Order: sequence, then structure tokens, then C-alpha cells
Amino acid sequence: MKEGNYIKLELPSLAVNEGFARSAAAAFCSQLDPTLTELGDIKTAVSEAVTNAIVHAYPDSIGTIYIRCRILAGDIIEIAVKDKGRGIEDIEKAREPLFTTGGDDRSGMGFTIMETFMDSVKVRSRPGSGTTVTMRRRIEKRRKGQ
Amino acid sequence: MTVQAKREGPALRLMLRGELDHSAAQGLWHRIEDIISYESPRDCCLDLSKVSFMDSSGIAIILKTYRMVNSAGGRLWIENAAQQPLRVLDASGIDRIIKITALN
Repeated sequence: MKEGNYIKLELPSLAVNEGFARSAAAAFCSQLDPTLTELGDIKTAVSEAVTNAIVHAYPDSIGTIYIRCRILAGDIIEIAVKDKGRGIEDIEKAREPLFTTGGDDRSGMGFTIMETFMDSVKVRSRPGSGTTVTMRRRIEKRRKGQ
Repeated sequence: MTVQAKREGPALRLMLRGELDHSAAQGLWHRIEDIISYESPRDCCLDLSKVSFMDSSGIAIILKTYRMVNSAGGRLWIENAAQQPLRVLDASGIDRIIKITALN
């Protein structure tokens, strides 16, 4: 029974944890037998969400990032990346392609990539209390030989 | 993340190797900047054949390299992008300004 299965991770907002976070999410997803493309897409979306938390939620301090991956009915993987950091003033603006407050070290493409690679991306945020990004992606049933 | 530079006539091939994310990006940019300043090539090729993962931090690095090469009158292009980096490059729309070829 895969439906209802979940993992929860808590990580300090250190850049060195980005690789672990996306690999852990991908390892959890692998029970749904995704293709390499699906796995790559999920890893990329998780990397973007975790990087946002590190760079924007906790810009001057080390805070905690909470990741929950779970399997919903219909082979849907849901990944929530939550922080208790600075929050986002204007979510619509933050989601615009190329918008960034991170200078030329950031491309402003993080949300665009999450939206391109996942079926849905929801952002809840309150300035001063934190942000939760919840993403879902359905893993396609493979035909024989795929 | 490592970078190896190889001179090919007026062009410089930069072979990147590893996972290009935010944690790798800052150190990588300093190395690319140093190499291009020292070698002063006209054109530059970013060879991604050994890049096993890339996210939008890679897009920022590519754009910074593009601006550096372009401001000196040179061209920048990308070669040998594997499937995952290629999907990120496609999603970013960067192919409108930079020529990209995929890994065979």
C-alpha cells in the first residue's frame, strides 16, 4: 500500500543540504516507478524550493526547513517545503519569470521551473512567519517496455 | 563542481563536471571568471557533458558568463547538455540568446 506513505525531513538551511534534500525526495518517489524524466523534474523542483528557503527565507541566519513527501491516491506525489522565515510580501510578483530579489546570482526562474515541472504549485506565505510551497505531480503508469 | 579549460583556437572550452546547484554556484562562478579573465578568449563554449544535475542556479551562471563573453565582443554557446540540464535550459527560454546542443 503506497497511498498514504510519507516521509518528513527537517534540515538546517545550509546550502550543502540541497543535494541531500532533492535526492531524498527522489528516492521516496522511486516506489511509484517514475521515468528518469519524471525523477529529474521532481529533483529539480525540490532543489528550487529548498534553495528559495535557504536564500530568501533565512537570508542572514540558519533556520529550519521542513520537507514532507507523501503519496496521494492516483499515483500522485506531493512535496511540501516549509520554512519559518521572512515570508513573501507579494507572492504574485515572486512567481513572475525573471523576478528576483537575489541580484545576478539568482536567475529569477525558480518558480517558473517548479510550475513547468510539476502539475501544480501552491504557495502560502505570511511576511514574518514563513512560507510553504506545496507541489504535486502525477507519475504516469508505464506501458510495457518503457 | 570542477571546471577544466581547453583552448580550441580563438575559443575556450570550459568542461564543467558535477551537480550545478546554488551550493556549487558561487565557487564555480569565481573559477569561471578567473579562467576567462586570464585566458581572454574571443569565444567560449560551456561543455555540460559531465553535468549530472542543474537547476536555475546554473541559468544564473550561464547568463553571467554570457554577459562577460558578450561584453568583450565574443560568442558563448552550450554543448552536450544531458537530458535533465536540457529540460531546465528549455524551461528558462535561454535558447533565445544562446545556442544549445544536446548530448547525443
